[in-house]
Amino acid sequence: MSYMTINNRRVAFTDEKNVLSVIRKSGIDLPTFCYHSELSTYGACRMCVVEDDRGRVFASCSETPRDGMVIYTNTPRLQHHRKMILELLLASHCRDCTTCRENGVCVLQKLARQLGINYVRFENTKPQLPIDETSDCIVLDSNKCILCGDCVRTCEEIQGIGVLDFAFRGSKMQVTPAFNRRMAETDCVGCGQCRSVCPTGAITIKYNVSPVWREVADPNTRVVVQIAPAVRVAIGDKFGIPKGENSLGKLVAALRRMGFDEIYDTNFGADLTVMEESKELLERLESGQNLPLFTSCCPGWVKFCENRFPELRGHISTCRSPQQMFGALLKEEARMNEADKRRTVVVSIMPCTAKKAEILRPEHMTEGEQDVDYVLTTTEVTRMIQETGIDLAVIEPEALDMPFGISSGAGAIFGVTGGVTEAVLRRLMNSSNVEVLEEISYTGVRGVDGLKEATVLVGEREVKIAVVNGLKTAGELMERIKTGEAHYDFVEVMACKRGCITGGGQPVPIGPRTKKARLEGLYKIDNMAQIKLSNENPIIQNLYQGLLKGKEHKLLHNE
Amino acid sequence: MERIRNAQVLDRVREEAKEAIKNSRCRILICAGTGCLAGGSGEIYQRMCELVKDNPDVEVEFAPEVAHGPVEVKKSGCHGFCEMGPLMRIEPQGILYTKVQPEDCEAIFQRTIVKGDIIRHLLYKQDGLEYQKQDEIPFYKKQTRLVLKNCGHIDAEHINEYISTGGYSALEKVLFTMKPEEVVQEIMDSNLRGRGGGGFTTGYKWSQVARQKETARYVVCNGDEGDPGAFMDRSIMEGDPHKMIEGMMIAAYAVGAQEGYIYVRAEYPLAISRLRTAIAQAEECGLLGDNIMDSGFSFRLHINRGAGAFVCGEGSALTASIEGNRGMPRVKPPRTVEQGLFGKPTVLNNVETFANVPMIITEGAQWYKSIGPEKSPGTKAFALTGSVKNTGLIEVPMGTTLREVIYDIGGGIKDDGEFKAVQIGGPSGGCLVTPHLDISLDFDSLKKMGAMIGSGGLVVMDTNTCMVEVARFFMNFTQNESCGKCVPCREGTKRMLEILERIVAGNGTLEDLDILDELAQTITETALCGLGKSAALPVMSTLKLFRDEYVEHVVDKKCVSHTCTAFRKFIISPERCKGCSKCARNCPVGAISGKIKEPFTIDTEKCIKCGACESACAFGAIHIEG
Repeated sequence: MSYMTINNRRVAFTDEKNVLSVIRKSGIDLPTFCYHSELSTYGACRMCVVEDDRGRVFASCSETPRDGMVIYTNTPRLQHHRKMILELLLASHCRDCTTCRENGVCVLQKLARQLGINYVRFENTKPQLPIDETSDCIVLDSNKCILCGDCVRTCEEIQGIGVLDFAFRGSKMQVTPAFNRRMAETDCVGCGQCRSVCPTGAITIKYNVSPVWREVADPNTRVVVQIAPAVRVAIGDKFGIPKGENSLGKLVAALRRMGFDEIYDTNFGADLTVMEESKELLERLESGQNLPLFTSCCPGWVKFCENRFPELRGHISTCRSPQQMFGALLKEEARMNEADKRRTVVVSIMPCTAKKAEILRPEHMTEGEQDVDYVLTTTEVTRMIQETGIDLAVIEPEALDMPFGISSGAGAIFGVTGGVTEAVLRRLMNSSNVEVLEEISYTGVRGVDGLKEATVLVGEREVKIAVVNGLKTAGELMERIKTGEAHYDFVEVMACKRGCITGGGQPVPIGPRTKKARLEGLYKIDNMAQIKLSNENPIIQNLYQGLLKGKEHKLLHNE
Repeated sequence: MERIRNAQVLDRVREEAKEAIKNSRCRILICAGTGCLAGGSGEIYQRMCELVKDNPDVEVEFAPEVAHGPVEVKKSGCHGFCEMGPLMRIEPQGILYTKVQPEDCEAIFQRTIVKGDIIRHLLYKQDGLEYQKQDEIPFYKKQTRLVLKNCGHIDAEHINEYISTGGYSALEKVLFTMKPEEVVQEIMDSNLRGRGGGGFTTGYKWSQVARQKETARYVVCNGDEGDPGAFMDRSIMEGDPHKMIEGMMIAAYAVGAQEGYIYVRAEYPLAISRLRTAIAQAEECGLLGDNIMDSGFSFRLHINRGAGAFVCGEGSALTASIEGNRGMPRVKPPRTVEQGLFGKPTVLNNVETFANVPMIITEGAQWYKSIGPEKSPGTKAFALTGSVKNTGLIEVPMGTTLREVIYDIGGGIKDDGEFKAVQIGGPSGGCLVTPHLDISLDFDSLKKMGAMIGSGGLVVMDTNTCMVEVARFFMNFTQNESCGKCVPCREGTKRMLEILERIVAGNGTLEDLDILDELAQTITETALCGLGKSAALPVMSTLKLFRDEYVEHVVDKKCVSHTCTAFRKFIISPERCKGCSKCARNCPVGAISGKIKEPFTIDTEKCIKCGACESACAFGAIHIEG
């Protein structure tokens, strides 16, 4: 154990990678814009400067802790520097906070208040740049960018895509796709992770709130909602509900009050996916063709695979994602029900920005109509609830609607990495015996590592499984699969680290504690679920006998 | 070209090369440095070549004893005396002709080469004296040219010429008589300090690389000389590229590297082409590549062209640029000696530093330390520019005073004006003024004065210079060249520039001066890289030394040197004006009016201060007020 002195207090440290971590551990939340523990140290914002006993000023994010160090974090000199840096940032930043999407969430705004910036002595002389709204998932407004590079490093280091980078230099520097392309012309998969780390309103979610309000208000429209698993453990964030707590019942109650006609659970769609995907896996294991089977629930991953590894496209499961299966089913049901003259609109509430692009894919249209009409992210729904004045913290929970209001615990864990695999394994083992379930959970599919591997016996056959989260890791694995270096039968990929709980549409900030709470929240839902196996969901069984009969392929699969 | 298989062959090649030069009846060295080339030395070279070709059997009067050899016309590197270019040196006498024009060639050939006459109007003249020989000219006489010794004296495009001057003997010495650690020790003992600006001890840097666990290592030469007005490194690369290459090879041997990169700015096409030629020739004769001179040591050298970013002179930005990434400095640690190019331990020194290495090896550390101050020994090349009579490239021992440089070598202030200040170290440096004229030019003394030697740019300014404008100029440069990564440098320099622009436009306030101070402090203490940290130095130093001038600009709305256009007020002196109306006819905005044969007047509201009237007036009746 080593010690350093921070503001005259002795602080112990062990293997912290920089002085900043030691300072934060000691209870001082030194401000930063560009430091993220999961990304490389960039050292550009200079907000975390500290002073040592010899009067040297340095950035604590990029200094290795040494035994006996004596540092100060709040001397008049440092106060001056921090305020000056913030003033400089604010001077080149639009200050229309009241009309900004990130009002109340913006880190720049928060620090300006925290450090007491009362005036900005410089005019904003930066030329206004056009806002890039070409992406279906996110919006890029360079005018609000403070060039911390968090998005650049996230896209490159976590997702391995590198759509965004810096262009130009000095005060003309910008974050932009290469060659001044628009976002829609790039390899962006829409995961929205750049938006999650952006400290300002420079990268925001593409909002679809207004058209949904119009649909809700239209008496001739039947607005049906489906709620994705990871939404329920994050929707409470902005209402003071403890992090990771399941707020599904409260959300249902709120949506009903807001005027949505029928409210269902995407976990039900997930149950359908488990049925189809396990069937497909068995078929492929039998035929030995197109192995490994890649999961298809995550649209960010599907797009990534198509962009980067088109030769491996055939490995992607033909199953639609839970959202799309459910959407197709809901629309089919509406078409069958001739008595109801209203137009059915399917809205899904998702933790994910890439889902906004998924609904627009041509294979997700039936008879010229989208199977899912709108995707709202958790963040957008939070705003809608806030707009109505409903306090989610105090509203009484209500139950989902029928006939699709029952789902299994297997569906709930789709929202974390390894969840899809675990659900499929349950189906393949076909046992709700506690020991079997526990055995599956211990195969190695759970956990937050980028790549997890497991081997399970399905019947006589050893099935080799890889579970990946984060597209950079996925890309590396694909390279190994392509060269024949790695062999698997089943590969689950989630574009976002830890799965949908950290999706690009989830409320921010998402710190380490929030991530953990959301993950535990979903496993808790599974623990509490009476039905653990998708095939034991009684509605699913009925459906295969009824509405789905003979239409499995049409409604649940892509060509 | 003969393959130099071992040390014996190298010695023989050297003797032969020396002999060949001795045997030439006459060598005509035409400066092909960038300055002289721009002055037309390329054409002069062509003309001289043709003349020699057309007269193959010409008798050379002054060297009958070696009359059997050829007359050689060579393109040399920069001679340094750029003010007097294009330059031509004629050997063996050592005659230097200055400001040579293509039409002089015929006369030079017929009279000087053939007859041995001196053409007096081409000689350099100073204080009523004429100088025939280059070495006698005060500009050269007061210098100690060690690193630049060969520049202007050898043909930079032929390796044999370098070998003839003792080139590659230092490499031979280390390869066959010294262990790598002995080489590091020798450089360490010599106290050689990096010439790129920081003044870090070179030997210590090498020793740090040598002791890394990782065995793949690189030697990188920083030839990204970006300071405005600096061209020391360019001259070495253009005039004596092998010296620097030899230095790199010695470094590589010392630290166990097998691969090296030279990072040169793309704005130096001639340097790039000479380096390419040098590398190709060294490879061809086996002095670069595998198993050099059968010693078991291998070294490959690559050239990397920079794309015009000043910041790429910073170590980590430079290595990032070679790697193909955006040239931006990164946080340290890890330092370049631990994880530099491609994440491997890297020796990164600048051109002049490497060019110092061969002579330290040949002559020894003790000899080297005897030149200049012990802690900061050796010589330093300076690019002497601005309001000084003899601009050009000079080399003096460290510890020489500014007075010696400006008055003895530089010949004093242009047009016999009055010295005001010297800007040293380029956009990262500070100003020195009259009381500093006698301080010693070395790393430590300058640091104490709040200035730095930098890479060696010396811009001399006379009393006609506005120091606020100087600060604005350098801030404009720094702002344009900031990489944009860290906030203080990106945003802070922008705001400092805006304020300085405001001040020179006559719109500054006293509060602006305080904000400049505040910004300068934050930038200096919190910027990420060395360039950012020193970005505010020109402003800080002028603000400290010439605060009165700033105050005059913001309070009195006056620029005493009449540099800042905004403060100029043109007036017509009624006593001198003859009423000819020439000024009125030349005024582009119709601001001047009057009756013929009566004094004219200028409407200052309309006047755009272009000065067209002043230059048009035949009677000197128009001048700037104050």
